[in-house]
Amino acid sequence: MITTTQLTKRYGGILAVDGVSLDVQPGDIYGFLGANGSGKTTTVRMVLGLVLATSGSVDLLGRRMPRAGRAVLPRVGALVEGPAAYGHLSGRANLALLDSSGTGGTRRTRSTRIDAVLEQVGLAAVGRRPVKAYSLGMRQRLGLAAALLRQPELLVLDEPTNGLDPQGIREIRELIQGLHRRGTTVFLSSHLLAEVEQLCTRVGVLDRGRLVLQDSLASLQRPTGRTVVHTPDYERAHVLLDGRVEHREGERLIVRGADPAALNALLVADGVRVRELGPERRTLEQVVLAATEHPDHQVGVS
Amino acid sequence: MIRTELVKTLRRPRTWVTILLLNALPTLVAVLLALTDLGPRPGSGPAFLSAVLADGTLFPLAALAIILPLFLPVAVAVVAGDSVAGEAQQGTLRYLLVRPVSRTRLLVAKLVAVIAFVLLAVVVVAAVAYVVGSVLLGDQALAASVSGTVLTPAQVAVRTLLAIGYITLSMLGVAAIALLLSTMTDSPLAAALGALAFLIASSLLLTLDAAQTLQPYLPTRYWLAFVDLFRDPIFWRDIVRGIGLQAVYVVVFLGAAWANFTTKDITS
Repeated sequence: MITTTQLTKRYGGILAVDGVSLDVQPGDIYGFLGANGSGKTTTVRMVLGLVLATSGSVDLLGRRMPRAGRAVLPRVGALVEGPAAYGHLSGRANLALLDSSGTGGTRRTRSTRIDAVLEQVGLAAVGRRPVKAYSLGMRQRLGLAAALLRQPELLVLDEPTNGLDPQGIREIRELIQGLHRRGTTVFLSSHLLAEVEQLCTRVGVLDRGRLVLQDSLASLQRPTGRTVVHTPDYERAHVLLDGRVEHREGERLIVRGADPAALNALLVADGVRVRELGPERRTLEQVVLAATEHPDHQVGVS
Repeated sequence: MIRTELVKTLRRPRTWVTILLLNALPTLVAVLLALTDLGPRPGSGPAFLSAVLADGTLFPLAALAIILPLFLPVAVAVVAGDSVAGEAQQGTLRYLLVRPVSRTRLLVAKLVAVIAFVLLAVVVVAAVAYVVGSVLLGDQALAASVSGTVLTPAQVAVRTLLAIGYITLSMLGVAAIALLLSTMTDSPLAAALGALAFLIASSLLLTLDAAQTLQPYLPTRYWLAFVDLFRDPIFWRDIVRGIGLQAVYVVVFLGAAWANFTTKDITS
């Protein structure tokens, strides 16, 4: 759905995006992670044809951007760096204006489509109020509604839960999951690890303009080949497992070996009490931090 | 897209507030004239103003002459300067462009919307002035042309329509300059002020003998040529030149705006 090849953007002397090759497949919920200022938004803007790449290429829905924008962008819904609307007009009027500005949204179905998306994002009750009276969360929902208006095949969402309360975040998460089940591919850019971990099937990590990691969430979180054991008899366990214990933190032992069942049998047979035992998995946070570790811990310039 | 931009312009409260304000000064002038009966001497003051005491139906022309040198161009600079920069500042520009709207088409639609605004403003000012003039200053139906001969009411009406058209076209140059600046900055204020600076410079150079070689090319040079429509017969030379000059401004500045906007990174 999105393929970029060695995508690079230079602003004067600053390399904002450096040789990024994204690969977003149909059916993905792709989590695009990166710290603020790592080049996420610039990449998203290049994908949508707003910013022109210095070098490299972008293919969106199989067509070269920005040339094919007219053909493919009607099939893409986007929320880029916060929502925007005309404050003096109502939410409904804003959606109608945007829909009538371009192709791919027939006039005949406009009003029913607007009703449907306002319902979807939970704004049905306030759709007729002027947008200037909306809260940040309501504006965010209106932005999402605009992105959904033409039932896009691909949703590009930049920080979609910005400004929402926990309840709102959950609703949006459920909305995205619902759309994904019905076949929409989602490209979600975020700096919130938890959001990506709960939602995404694939993850790309951008660090100072470079794509340092791109893999499915499942394989990033696959067992590490070690087992975590919690036991009050850690000293006996330590002796018993002689040399296999890699690390101990209080009653928590990290043991080499990927078979928790065998380890459990061994410990219990020797009278070691086991409180908790299981394969070690890395959290997304650990994966991302390992991939983006800077030798000098300085904030990058890009 | 053009239709959408027109709807946007018409639904904006600012459009109507601006038009209301444009009507304020001519109406005040009419009230003062009616109360004091003190018109400017012929040949001094804004065009036509000395004649309106005798014939209120000429007041639309006087009203246009009052707003033409400053108020109307300020309004045009504000509206045109806001057209792209305002969308950028609000953030709606990026959503329009990924909708997608082609950048060229957006630019043309914006210019058309600005022209429509000018036409609307000029027509409303003329209509209000006609009503105000007829009510306050009386209707003697003896309109004298600038050349001294008598014009029939039908002739006055036709020539007033021509004047409305000419004044609208006269604003194209300002609109194109403001539109160019509007594509260069994300601040509508900067774009409007930049266009105004251009106009002030142009008006200043018009009064300077040393700038004589430049004067035929200044955007404000032929603005008052609409008065020539009320000579008998109509004196076309400056009107034709004025229209030609505005066309050149539109081609050059809209071209520059197009070149800039279509190759620009939208980072707003």
